Amino acid sequence: MNAQLQPTGSAYFIAKETEKPEIHTLSVLVDNEPGVLARVIGLFSGRGYNIESLTVSETEHEQRLSRITIVTSGTPHVLEQIKHQLERIVPVHRVVDLTVRAHELGQERPLERELALIKVAGTGTERVEALRLADAFRAHVVDANTEHFIFQITGKGSKIDQFIAIMRPLGLVEICRTGVAAMNRGQQGM
Amino acid sequence: MSNGQNERREMTGAEMVVQALKDNGVEHIFGYPGGAVLPIYDELFQQDDIEHILVRHEQGAGHAAEGYARSTGKAGVMLVTSGPGATNAVTPLQDALMDSIPLVCLTGQVPTSLIGSDGFQECDTVGITRPCTKHNWLVKDVNDLARTIHEAFHVATTGRPGPVVVDIPKDVQFARGTYVSPQTAPRTSYKPKLQGDLEKIKAAVELMAGAKKPILYTGGGVVNSGPEASHLLRELVDLTGFPITSTLMGLGSYPASGKNWLGMLGMHGTYEANMAMHDCDVMVCIGARFDDRITGRLNAFSPNSKKIHIDVDPSSINKNVRVDVGILGDCGRVLEDMVRLWRATAKTDKKTLYPWWEQIARWRARDSLAYKPNPDVIMPQYAIERLYELTKDKDTYITTEVGQHQMWAAQHFHFDKPNRWMTSGGLGTMGYGLPAALGVQIAHRDALVIDIAGDASVQMTIQEMSAAVQYDAPIKIFILNNQYMGMVRQWQQLLHGNRLSHSYTEAMPDFVKLAEAYGGHGIRCEKPDELDDAIKEMITVKKPVIFDCRVATLANCFPMIPSGKAHNEMLLPDEATDEAVANAIDAKGRELV
Repeated sequence: MNAQLQPTGSAYFIAKETEKPEIHTLSVLVDNEPGVLARVIGLFSGRGYNIESLTVSETEHEQRLSRITIVTSGTPHVLEQIKHQLERIVPVHRVVDLTVRAHELGQERPLERELALIKVAGTGTERVEALRLADAFRAHVVDANTEHFIFQITGKGSKIDQFIAIMRPLGLVEICRTGVAAMNRGQQGM
Repeated sequence: MSNGQNERREMTGAEMVVQALKDNGVEHIFGYPGGAVLPIYDELFQQDDIEHILVRHEQGAGHAAEGYARSTGKAGVMLVTSGPGATNAVTPLQDALMDSIPLVCLTGQVPTSLIGSDGFQECDTVGITRPCTKHNWLVKDVNDLARTIHEAFHVATTGRPGPVVVDIPKDVQFARGTYVSPQTAPRTSYKPKLQGDLEKIKAAVELMAGAKKPILYTGGGVVNSGPEASHLLRELVDLTGFPITSTLMGLGSYPASGKNWLGMLGMHGTYEANMAMHDCDVMVCIGARFDDRITGRLNAFSPNSKKIHIDVDPSSINKNVRVDVGILGDCGRVLEDMVRLWRATAKTDKKTLYPWWEQIARWRARDSLAYKPNPDVIMPQYAIERLYELTKDKDTYITTEVGQHQMWAAQHFHFDKPNRWMTSGGLGTMGYGLPAALGVQIAHRDALVIDIAGDASVQMTIQEMSAAVQYDAPIKIFILNNQYMGMVRQWQQLLHGNRLSHSYTEAMPDFVKLAEAYGGHGIRCEKPDELDDAIKEMITVKKPVIFDCRVATLANCFPMIPSGKAHNEMLLPDEATDEAVANAIDAKGRELV
């Protein structure tokens, strides 16, 4: 980043950000139509916003609505811009900053869960250890033969990070994560 | 609008396109045929309701449609073929996006069965145009076509207006399906908020009523909102007695002859407008977006003011500048409420503004647009002044290209009505003005339409002279010819030690002969005392004219807020010595534009 505090020789200014970046989770309700995901992620790349995690799936089939969950980082000012820019996209119905909403509800963050499939290959004591640890993490075995397991684990991202770190020396072969699914706690919808 | 019987009927996709255009009130379209739009062209051939203007390059079609839209308030429509037709449309689409111009672009596409096969003249039109449109559609089913075109017009013209693309594969144009009329319900996800929040408008009026040093800063949003918004703006100025300035895009919404007018603000705005922006205590921004050419150095922008911002686009509010009261809504509607509330509640004791006006008078006395007249050489400012004086009593529309001439036009040509000034503000597209003038002239057949041009810009779309001749559009191309890309050179003088890298055009065409070659009329003028007669000749000639106005080659555009400076650090013309110009920008950040 070519951050500059002094006036530049230009009408364009690169002001040094004084606000601290935060990580927020956004829920975006969109019409499930061709190109809608490209519009959303094109906005992020085009305007230089970050995507930490992206999850998308149709959630209401009759109304053809999809819900996109985006974990992004930025200063509060940038996060506000992201929300408004998303709202400008024609097939976007609603944008809710779940993190802001959680703060309003007096919570630190919204309910966030992720699912991962983790393939571990090995024999002997390592294999036994992997199974024992998986049990401790409440990961399920969804496929196995004598030389491998595939574990299915759900939970917060941090829990999955930790599980992966532990599995690494035990013969970790492959990881697939869904990205974050999230909503706010409490009785109210988005 | 079609009658009840016509609401649903069978027809081909190509017929639907023409029918949908008619049902949306389209009278003129600008386009260029090609393989993937031939069925639509065949339908156009067999009807007389819509006049098609054949341009010479698709970019010209886009800018012509923009000029048409800007001068009428209606959507401009362009029709181009697939592949290169669509890619050539990208520049006007982005131009329309940045300046919020309603532009409907219909593109042909290879047949649906060939999409993705790298077919002849295939490109991913919706992919390429996604970031440069407000919305776009690829229509794969003929039964979706009519509804999609209606929706395209709706999206282009409502809320913050902008460009849209409807991409229509050739097999869809041939296929038969059911046509539906425009009354179909709009999609639920798109509902621009037009009415401003009354509580916020009240808060704004309260702030304004307490102001001692207020200023109104208006932009293209007022023009886009329609003539009523300009009318209400004038009423607000009369009621409040506030001084008013405008961005490049907003010129004409408040008359330049009005007594509260400070002139344009921003990089090449007047001293009084920029100083008033810097020193004000309450700023009311109406339909403008705090662009970098307006604000100067952001952290020194109007440091002591409370800011009110009215905009129809929520993402414009608090984007570049934090405001105290952000009012989301259409300028016209909000102004209506504001005027009503002001009448009902605010005290209009204009005496409290006297010291502010006295201060403004002192800034005005600096006469920041002054220039040194020259008896032998035409000064570019003088050329614009004479052009204004000799055309102000006529039904005149002005377009421009981009560069020094554009800024001089904004400074020295004065607009008393909205929709009279067509310029590429946001994107800064050289080559905009000539085709835009064509579009304006098609919409206003008897008006005097002048493209104030630069010698470099005009050559980017000069081919549209041919279209102007074909359609008897007597546009006047008034070229301030200094043989340089003047604004590029000015920046090279400011930033790059006067090393004029490739900003001089050594082989300039003979513009008089060029005009004649196209079948137009050419005029050359080199002496100030011959200028008036030459301009009168230009006005009198009833065909397209290229006016080669030879101006002082090294004149620069002042006043100017040098890069990295604040509003109160303007470089004024009488201070702009060679040395001052060379040192106006410090060494710090020359890597940027």
